Amino acid sequence: MTLPAAAPRRLQPVTMLRIAIIVVTLASWEALSASGLLYRDVVPSLLAIGKALFNLLTVPDMPVEINLSMFGLQGATKIPTIYWHLYVTFYEIAIGLLIGGLSGLVAGIALGSSRLLREAYEPLLYYLGPCPKIIFFPVMIMWFGVGPGSKVAMGAISCFFPVALNMAGGMREIDRVLIRVGRSFRANTWQMVTKIYLPAMRHPMINGIRIGLGVCLIGTLLAETKLSNSGVGFLVNQAYSLFNMPLMYALLIVLFVIAIGANALIGKLGGLDDIKRR
Amino acid sequence: MSVPITRTSWFPAVLSFGTIFATMLLVELFIRFGLINRFIVPLPTDIMAALPRVIIEEQVFSRFLLTAAEAFSASILVTIFGVAGGALLYRFRLLREATETWVAAVAAAPLVLIYPLYLVIFGRNATTIVVMGFTAGLAPVMLKTLEGLAGTRRVLIDVGRSFNLTPWQQFWKILFPAALPTIFVGMRLGLIFALINIVGVEFLINFGGLGQLINELAERYDLAGTYAAISFVILISINVFILTEWLERWLRPVE
Repeated sequence: MTLPAAAPRRLQPVTMLRIAIIVVTLASWEALSASGLLYRDVVPSLLAIGKALFNLLTVPDMPVEINLSMFGLQGATKIPTIYWHLYVTFYEIAIGLLIGGLSGLVAGIALGSSRLLREAYEPLLYYLGPCPKIIFFPVMIMWFGVGPGSKVAMGAISCFFPVALNMAGGMREIDRVLIRVGRSFRANTWQMVTKIYLPAMRHPMINGIRIGLGVCLIGTLLAETKLSNSGVGFLVNQAYSLFNMPLMYALLIVLFVIAIGANALIGKLGGLDDIKRR
Repeated sequence: MSVPITRTSWFPAVLSFGTIFATMLLVELFIRFGLINRFIVPLPTDIMAALPRVIIEEQVFSRFLLTAAEAFSASILVTIFGVAGGALLYRFRLLREATETWVAAVAAAPLVLIYPLYLVIFGRNATTIVVMGFTAGLAPVMLKTLEGLAGTRRVLIDVGRSFNLTPWQQFWKILFPAALPTIFVGMRLGLIFALINIVGVEFLINFGGLGQLINELAERYDLAGTYAAISFVILISINVFILTEWLERWLRPVE
């Protein structure tokens, strides 16, 4: 018996529409670029943007010293500049997320576990949360200087509020039975936090960290565009100052890919997709 | 039977304001005793004294009106395009399936970082700020409009069909009123996103209303003035959020 020949795979209508939208958008961009309707170079050709992106990611133009004596590696080499600036930005975001996230976690648990604390302080966090945090940047510069410290502080302030509010909300939604089980086992505060509260609040916590990461990224990068000499925000501002539009588009593409990717990754690792599917 | 003091309705508010007051008092004492550098953190009493000066001398009222006008313009644009976009995604199922994840991804992207691009395209003026607010607020309004329309109860749609309503009538008489509370939640989110970005970009490009005020005072190294202006912007933001919340509650039907 011969197996029937496999039917040729057809593209789903959704995929076809997506491809069509992408093609039309790119074609419109290219047409706009060629038409010169906007100022020259404001809308550079796709080729120029692609070239800038390629150069940004691959052309080694920054000398670095390697000193890994334990691996027998020593000497000088060159790397693309973007990787140094990405490292600076990641470092600032990571420390900001760590400080803001941990303090948000502690504040959220405290607010969620006490009705009095919640009624007294949660409205403050709730209304301060959506305020534009960038306005604190002058104060952060005075407190922590013009270096990475002020950017870390901006990231920490930005992510503190969503993490704290999500944790406080998560604490209130914990099944009371779980808390009673913990208490009946005479668990101390540390054991209650690590064995009951945190595992039961995994999803609100991941959600808070996800939102916190987004706003931490924005806070840090905006601070870099305002006053800095390193980091991706600084590069964006430099590209603007030099009117290097292809480079600016390339940097924005890199940033958006990283931001959207990190957001999706945290959601996936935290199992948020599973909740939505259930 | 007496009620414990911590259970009374006013105690949390007293505790909240008391904490703020105690913190300010501590900072005042620390600065006066030299534990905190007064060239980095000004005296809270100086900040309070600077508030009337900043309000009068820095034309805070006209600056506030400028920021409010920018936020209002951006909100109008966000509402028109966001609701229309959400309705379009609801009307064309294929389009929704193809692009809903993209819109959600845009909502999660740090869009404010494209402000240098808008500076190049529109120049250093209010248009850049309004367009930035519009860009930031569009995706949440679209998503919430779509959510509201898609969440219309089946029975309401069937009632419309039984009356042989045209698609246009079905939208305006059934779908839109049913989705209005959710759409308003989206508009509130859009306004908040727009406002945050508007004040942020005003600060960053040193143009416009309240955001520029903070930047100018900081550049003049008017410490007390800077802190007073920041406090003023926070107060304004909080009042706007309370107002939008109140409007949302007013619009929402009793559940």
